[in-house]
Amino acid sequence: MTNVQQPVSLEDTPFYKKQLRLALRNCGIINPEKIDEYIAMDGYMALGKVLTEMTPQTVVDTILASGLRGRGGGGFPTGRKWQFALNNVSDKKYVCCNADEGDPGAFMDRSVLEGDPHAVIEAMAIAGYAIGADEGYIYVRAEYPTAIKRLEIAIGQAREYGLLGKNIFGTDFNFDITLRFGAGAFVCGEETSLLTSIEGNRGEPRPRPPFPAVKGLFGKPTIINNVETYANVCQIILKGAEWFSSIGTEKSKGTKVFALGGKIKNTGLVEVPMGTTLREIIEEIGGGIPNGKKFKAAQTGGPSGGCIPAEFIDTPIDYDNLIAIGSMMGSGGLIVMDEDNCMVDIAKFFLDFTVDESCGKCTPCRIGTRRLYEILEKITSGNGTLEDLDRMENLCNYIKANSLCGLGQTAPNPVLSTYKRFRDEYIAHVVDKKCPAAVCKSLLCYEITADKCKGCTACSRVCPVGAISGTVKNPHSIDKTKCIKCGACMERCKFGAIVKK
Amino acid sequence: MKKPISKIPFNGTPEQEAKLKAAIERSNGNKSELIYIMQQAQDIYGYLPYEVQVMIAEGMDVPLEKVYGVATFYSQFALSPKGKNAISVCLGTACYVKGSKAVMDKFSSELGIEPGQCTADGEFSLESCRCVGACGLAPVCVVNDDVYGKVTPEKVVEIIAKYKSK
Repeated sequence: MTNVQQPVSLEDTPFYKKQLRLALRNCGIINPEKIDEYIAMDGYMALGKVLTEMTPQTVVDTILASGLRGRGGGGFPTGRKWQFALNNVSDKKYVCCNADEGDPGAFMDRSVLEGDPHAVIEAMAIAGYAIGADEGYIYVRAEYPTAIKRLEIAIGQAREYGLLGKNIFGTDFNFDITLRFGAGAFVCGEETSLLTSIEGNRGEPRPRPPFPAVKGLFGKPTIINNVETYANVCQIILKGAEWFSSIGTEKSKGTKVFALGGKIKNTGLVEVPMGTTLREIIEEIGGGIPNGKKFKAAQTGGPSGGCIPAEFIDTPIDYDNLIAIGSMMGSGGLIVMDEDNCMVDIAKFFLDFTVDESCGKCTPCRIGTRRLYEILEKITSGNGTLEDLDRMENLCNYIKANSLCGLGQTAPNPVLSTYKRFRDEYIAHVVDKKCPAAVCKSLLCYEITADKCKGCTACSRVCPVGAISGTVKNPHSIDKTKCIKCGACMERCKFGAIVKK
Repeated sequence: MKKPISKIPFNGTPEQEAKLKAAIERSNGNKSELIYIMQQAQDIYGYLPYEVQVMIAEGMDVPLEKVYGVATFYSQFALSPKGKNAISVCLGTACYVKGSKAVMDKFSSELGIEPGQCTADGEFSLESCRCVGACGLAPVCVVNDDVYGKVTPEKVVEIIAKYKSK
């Protein structure tokens, strides 16, 4: 019994030590199906304070002063959005919550909705008071059944306690929330598409201006904020704008939740103050890259974002720095890639996604992304030329400049950022017809190292096309004209004699 | 992506219709609940055939083309039912060169349906997939969660027979 380790508190583990949980503060702490537990954590205190002590303008001023910016990706100052909607005189206004988290690999909104649904409901009511709305909609994807169930329970309990409905806190403020379920369209995360979808239509975007704060849901002034944005609001009201703006960097206040994934030891949701460096997230919180591989790049912002190469690993992460280095915050997906990932292939992967999800309303996105995908396909299959690279770059800039909504305007980002930072890989595909990371199938070949091969015939038996020949106990060889590069032989070989180049 | 449209005759029950009518009733004529109604309809019927789309269009007082437009826009909505047994034939490279196209054609002719469709009795649906990562076993097909390797057109008949009784 000499190796007894002292138990370490969860907060002191490397994974949690550098984190600061504000948006996620109640997740995993309270029972999300019991409103009393939320109230015990100062829940609905902020709504009470707003309704009894503050005017709508002071609420907006507080949010403005806090420096809170939209967590859904754009980073627009939340207070300014609210101010626009407050300034617009109308008999009816709406508050919407964007919970259509479509970014592959990101699940922070889901975590908040499942772990702390009342935080979103309370913040929406506060927003309703601030802009003068009495109705709210939460647009949540149907793929999140647990989130939907917990929201339904939470809304029901809030109504029962009189925290939603008529004359909340004995004032003349009325507010209620309706749930709407997404039906599996990525574009509905774009705010105008989300509104058209709530109205019961095909979720196609519409041109801005008019912005939703002027003419939004059912033609009325509307604010739309992301789940994580709302999750910060109540604490700003309770603890003050100064407290919030003391966290983070000059232009990005507070914290950001990242969904850390990919080639990294510790995966999961990570909430850190703005300005934390990529190195801290990857090496300290994430525990580094497994299998002794080298860090190559981090992808942020999902299909709208870009890749951050290793040379920028010490950049403090905030909205403006990420844009400066050619990526974006996005909703917070953070995928780590090592030397085994081909950047051209990654760009192609994201383009494949946008081609599928383009709604088809505007031509630059509908046709442009497909043409762009075809160029990438040509490059990864070894038929690309240097002219193709120029055409690719031109097309990217054209799509960016001319698409109707955020989906199309950001769709070329994965290509542009990888082309800028990893140009040598594109050149290698086009000029040398090689994939340096050995990912692109058409450009690699499988070979048998003769002095390692024992002639066991296992590979030739597993080869689906009979491309491997050789006799027992003699080195085998692969006929490259027959080989379809399925990799079955390499998996089967016990001696590591088969390599791909 | 174009969605395959079912050619199977519609066989909805009065109970299903009553459920759908009740759901439409609950929406109180609020046309913005169209997507929600269609989600409930898909829960009731498993997919959204023409007849169901007509019922929704009439019940909600919206044009049928709008219902169809919404149904084809969102990936959640299916216009063709999935069979009790879902067959998926790998058309990835390794399987393809080992003759999975012939396997697919055999499934297609045996069941009398095209890829993306479902048989009239609702027993089988057929679709193609990209690589399932079992190239050593090529050609491969997957029925429900069972993987079959080295499938030949002759074996197709056996495989179908195995599930027919279930």
